[in-house]
Amino acid sequence: MKKPELLVTPSSVEEIPWLIDAGADAFVVGEMEYGLRLAGEFTRDQVKESVRLAHDSGKKIYVAMNGIFHNEKVDNLLDYMQFLNEVNVDAALFGDPAVLITAREVAPNMKLHWNPETTATNWYTCNYWGRKGAKRAVLARELSMDEVIEIKEHAEVEIEVQIHGMTCMFQSKRRLIGNYFEFLGRKMEVREKQEGGSLYLFDPERNNRYPIFEDQNGTHIMSPKDICIIDELGDLIDAGIDSFKIDGIFKSVEYNVTVTELYRKAIDMYVNDPEQYEQNKEALLKEIENIQPKDRPLDTGFFFKETVY
Amino acid sequence: MPNHPQQMDYVENRKRVILKKPELLAPAGNLEKLKIAILYGADAVYLGGQEYGLRSNADNFSLEEMREGVQFAKKHGAKIYVTTNIYAHNENIPGLEEYLKGIEDAGVTGIIVADPLIIETCKRVAPSLEIHLSTQQSLSNWKAVQFWKEEGLDRVVLAREMSAKEIREIKEKVDIEIETFIHGAMCIAYSGRCVLSNHMTARDSNRGGCSQSCRWDYFLYRSENGRDLPLFVEQDAPFSMSPKDLNLVRSIPKMIDLGIDSLKIEGRMKSIHYIATVVSVYRKVIDAYCADPDHFKIQPEWIYELSKCANRDTAPAFFEGVPGYKEQMFGTHSHKPSHEFAGMVLDYDEERGIVTLQQRNYFRPGDKVEFFGPDIEQFSMEIGKIWDEEGNEIDAARHPLQIVQFKTKIPVKRFNLMRKEI
Ligand code: SF4
Repeated sequence: MKKPELLVTPSSVEEIPWLIDAGADAFVVGEMEYGLRLAGEFTRDQVKESVRLAHDSGKKIYVAMNGIFHNEKVDNLLDYMQFLNEVNVDAALFGDPAVLITAREVAPNMKLHWNPETTATNWYTCNYWGRKGAKRAVLARELSMDEVIEIKEHAEVEIEVQIHGMTCMFQSKRRLIGNYFEFLGRKMEVREKQEGGSLYLFDPERNNRYPIFEDQNGTHIMSPKDICIIDELGDLIDAGIDSFKIDGIFKSVEYNVTVTELYRKAIDMYVNDPEQYEQNKEALLKEIENIQPKDRPLDTGFFFKETVY
Repeated sequence: MPNHPQQMDYVENRKRVILKKPELLAPAGNLEKLKIAILYGADAVYLGGQEYGLRSNADNFSLEEMREGVQFAKKHGAKIYVTTNIYAHNENIPGLEEYLKGIEDAGVTGIIVADPLIIETCKRVAPSLEIHLSTQQSLSNWKAVQFWKEEGLDRVVLAREMSAKEIREIKEKVDIEIETFIHGAMCIAYSGRCVLSNHMTARDSNRGGCSQSCRWDYFLYRSENGRDLPLFVEQDAPFSMSPKDLNLVRSIPKMIDLGIDSLKIEGRMKSIHYIATVVSVYRKVIDAYCADPDHFKIQPEWIYELSKCANRDTAPAFFEGVPGYKEQMFGTHSHKPSHEFAGMVLDYDEERGIVTLQQRNYFRPGDKVEFFGPDIEQFSMEIGKIWDEEGNEIDAARHPLQIVQFKTKIPVKRFNLMRKEI
């Protein structure tokens, strides 16, 4: 049985060794200039350092270039891509085809992961981006378990699935928080706007809290619950999904390290002895529930939810 | 890659002459709206079929209706595009080939697409269709435009987040037809990047299930050491993300100078009154500017005319810069339009000066009404006596689609519309 990669999102270089010890196989890092909704900001030097740390332990570093780029950033993509190539990162994430063309121009051997978030929804299109040069497709989180498995069955590229954490529901180019305060006639300190994770929208009808924040890419609104399917990994592992992602944005280091350890345990257990996993999966889930922040209920995302249209 | 921007105008006898008149592209929610849009001046219309489009609730076209639409459009020298711009899931793959072949067979000019699945399938099974990239791809830089050009697309619809300057750069760098929105409702998110409705109502926004969750009221809090602090006080309007509708009527000259190929009006769910009003105003603006760019001035009556069918405030976002709070709505989101659609002319009896009209909203003798249409000078009048089809005098036209007759002070023509002040 193939073991899926366990992919996590450190918020700083310091966390990388801890997460390696916890059992992570790969890391997404980057800076908001090019990547969206990252757990932390990594300067170029820090990317370099991350690569060194990871490679010393046989782990991988993927760098986010999955922004929606306007003309002003297009030229900078070249330089950044060149840099990533020089420091030997293991892959770059993209959603915008400008990044793909950039890679063709300056780093034709760079491994690319197609990650447009919401729009990676069927196997044909995953393979399409594969033919254009992507080695991996990162699936939309709004898919059911059956859809994910069917995509994997037809996929000619690696398939990555988020199995834990917060997801993005909305991105606008507008400064929606700032606009609201301006409308109210109050100046809001920038600190508040950027203090990721502390602002949220309350939806009384659903009794939900949606984290909201602004950065140079606009306004982002996040899911009210954290996906957690530590007790439902069997079918995905059987299907041969290539990578499991834990998104650790807005969580503490301790939380992310523990969750990584638990998923490491769950994956290893299932691969070695599915029977044993069956017996222990409730306990694993319980352990996550115990450290889960009060305001972040767990659910299973769209894996078992029906969506109509 | 051309290094010189395409030339958009030249000077002759000291008068600037516009070389390229853009296409005016209007929505067609059904066959009647399609006809009205074309009669009132659209060069092309876009419509949704039974599947693969993003308005799953609208009364979408069957292939039969599409064919009829195509015939009508051809007669008037107009084009038809079909929106097939969902992001498909696996289950949407079966049936796609047949659907695209059907569209091709119906004789439409092209399709508007977001998902490469549909692009590639169309190239393979319906190669005579033009392929236009939908705004759902949130296409926002020249290099991505270059990518889609190399993929063989005929036209791209840019992200609504693009400024005039950015569009100019794209026009300079890539030689491909560009379409942009000029009027109507907008997503406040990057198109394709919002799944609020998936989370809140279990409806898939990227397959037409959007519940407009962005326009609901929310309450902004900050959590600090486990405590929740409201960032508003009692009297404050709640947090909302309701954008004003787009209105670029004043920017049309600039857009024509940029060489934008197609100017698109949003609103497949809108009434025929709305379509007729908006299309005829933009028709006039485009024609007037192209006829004499040097002496062009926006006429106040055009602006006023647009306001007659608007039920939300409008703003020129993003073409004229990143919108701020003034381009959003807080508190109340919509208002009643100042005018309502009252009827459509079916016939006119020259001798007796009597119109036969299909009622669309209540009116009665004494009401102030306005007639407008592509082939008449707009005029207002007061309704006199009204008769039903049998010639009996009636005290009001009460019933939807009721056929009534009355005198007009000026001759009118079939398909002219009558609106009433409210
Ligand atoms: S909820 Fe609003 S922003 Fe999101 S898809 Fe619907 S209209 Fe667009």
